[in-house]
Amino acid sequence: MKNTAIIYKKQLKDTGKNMALWIQFVMFPVMAAIMENSIRVENMPDHFFVGMFTVMHIGMAPLTVSASIISEEKEKNTLRMLLFANVRPMEYLCGVGGFVFSACMAGGVVFGFLGGYTGEKLFSFWLIMAAGILASMLLGAAVGVWSKNQIAATAVVTPVMMVFSFLPMLAMFNGTIAKAADFVYSQHIQLLMNSLSAGTPAEAKNVIVIAVNITIAAALFVIAYRRRGLT
Amino acid sequence: MTCETAIGIKEITHYFGEKKVLAGISFSVEKGEILGLLGPSGAGKTTLIRIVTGQLTPSTGSVSLEGNDMALVKQEAYRRIGMMMDDLGFYERLSCYDNLKLCAGFYEVREERIREVLEQVGLYQDRKCPVQKLSKGMKSRLALARAVLHGPEFLFLDEPTAGLDPATTRQIHELILQLQRDGATIFLTTHNMTEAEKLCKHVALLHEGQIVEYGAPQEINRRYNHRNKLKIRLYGGSSLELPNTAASAEEVCGYLQKGQIETIHSTEPDLESVFLELTGCSLQEED
Repeated sequence: MKNTAIIYKKQLKDTGKNMALWIQFVMFPVMAAIMENSIRVENMPDHFFVGMFTVMHIGMAPLTVSASIISEEKEKNTLRMLLFANVRPMEYLCGVGGFVFSACMAGGVVFGFLGGYTGEKLFSFWLIMAAGILASMLLGAAVGVWSKNQIAATAVVTPVMMVFSFLPMLAMFNGTIAKAADFVYSQHIQLLMNSLSAGTPAEAKNVIVIAVNITIAAALFVIAYRRRGLT
Repeated sequence: MTCETAIGIKEITHYFGEKKVLAGISFSVEKGEILGLLGPSGAGKTTLIRIVTGQLTPSTGSVSLEGNDMALVKQEAYRRIGMMMDDLGFYERLSCYDNLKLCAGFYEVREERIREVLEQVGLYQDRKCPVQKLSKGMKSRLALARAVLHGPEFLFLDEPTAGLDPATTRQIHELILQLQRDGATIFLTTHNMTEAEKLCKHVALLHEGQIVEYGAPQEINRRYNHRNKLKIRLYGGSSLELPNTAASAEEVCGYLQKGQIETIHSTEPDLESVFLELTGCSLQEED
């Protein structure tokens, strides 16, 4: 627990000095705030931009940041140093994972209030976000662990991130894409958000697809970890 | 006087794929001594140090730390070990101080100790400087500071002064000797014979994965002193070589009495020459 807290603090400090990562956490909440307050289109659903940017935030930030942090540590050999300082792999992963999760959820606070959610609805909104962030984080960690360096991680994570971030938006305009998106967690995060916003009940299918996606992401992470390890 | 074995290396052989990189390496390091593993690039020094520190499992053979199998005590042993190796990185965006503070947290070292070690390596004034802005010499000193932060009993230093300027090298040498005086057992690899002669009680010469010679540096040099002559340079520029025997005493005495001797040396070789004689290669050669 002590080592996990130290890793968390280290990550907080390091990310604060890493503009490329820092921007990932604030980009979509800031864009949502700007768009929500500056664009009004007739017949546009309430808080349309909040829903759209929340899903993009979920699909992009945890995935790219997890992959980037882990692959950078492998490339720069800082992970090796941590392991020799008796930090256990699980302590490291919990420290980094805890940081990425909480930083992404901080964006969720902004989205939640921009979307006008309160009470139980706000809690549900954060719960949906947490599920999506968990799936993206596990995928990002799998890519980070699998990759030898940051360049290799970026090469993999960029197309993956594009798919999960933008598929729900593209699915609104194209039926074929919508069919493909039906298997993807970010699409069902979007659908759950829509239901929450409209006050309609969520479908069990949404929860099942998200749960299956999280399980697959966790399995991919375990495979990557067993094959490549942390050093 | 009996010498306590701190690190025991027994019959280590290691392969990378089909290639044999270490072949039956055996020697031991006494408690409190500095042992130098000397060899050119590619000789297998880093592989051996990685095996000894438990980062790599040897194909055959074993390493013991105070008689305990390293493979079994690795995790606990890391608290007693300090390492300065190229493949242990820094958080480049964080300051020198923050990098050490991170390690101090893991090792439960009081924060004042960070100041102590930064002062020892001459980096206290630069403590707030991000690591990415440090020169190579400063990074080496910071790596040494990190290696000694928790007061380890065993120190493993992989080419601690490679590529450094003479002033930084001297500072690092002084610190290594101070650590030894404080009781640390130090295992260092180098291809610098002057460094080995200056610091090490024993050296092991490694060539193509095999120990070709082992012993105290001066003892090795004496053992290979085949010429056994005295080289004398006289004022006026002339030089002469005399057999290092009683028969030359009178002649040498004569030069001394006349005050004609500018320099006088024995012809014993240095480790570089011994290595060359044994392997046909220079210690400075890249493989």
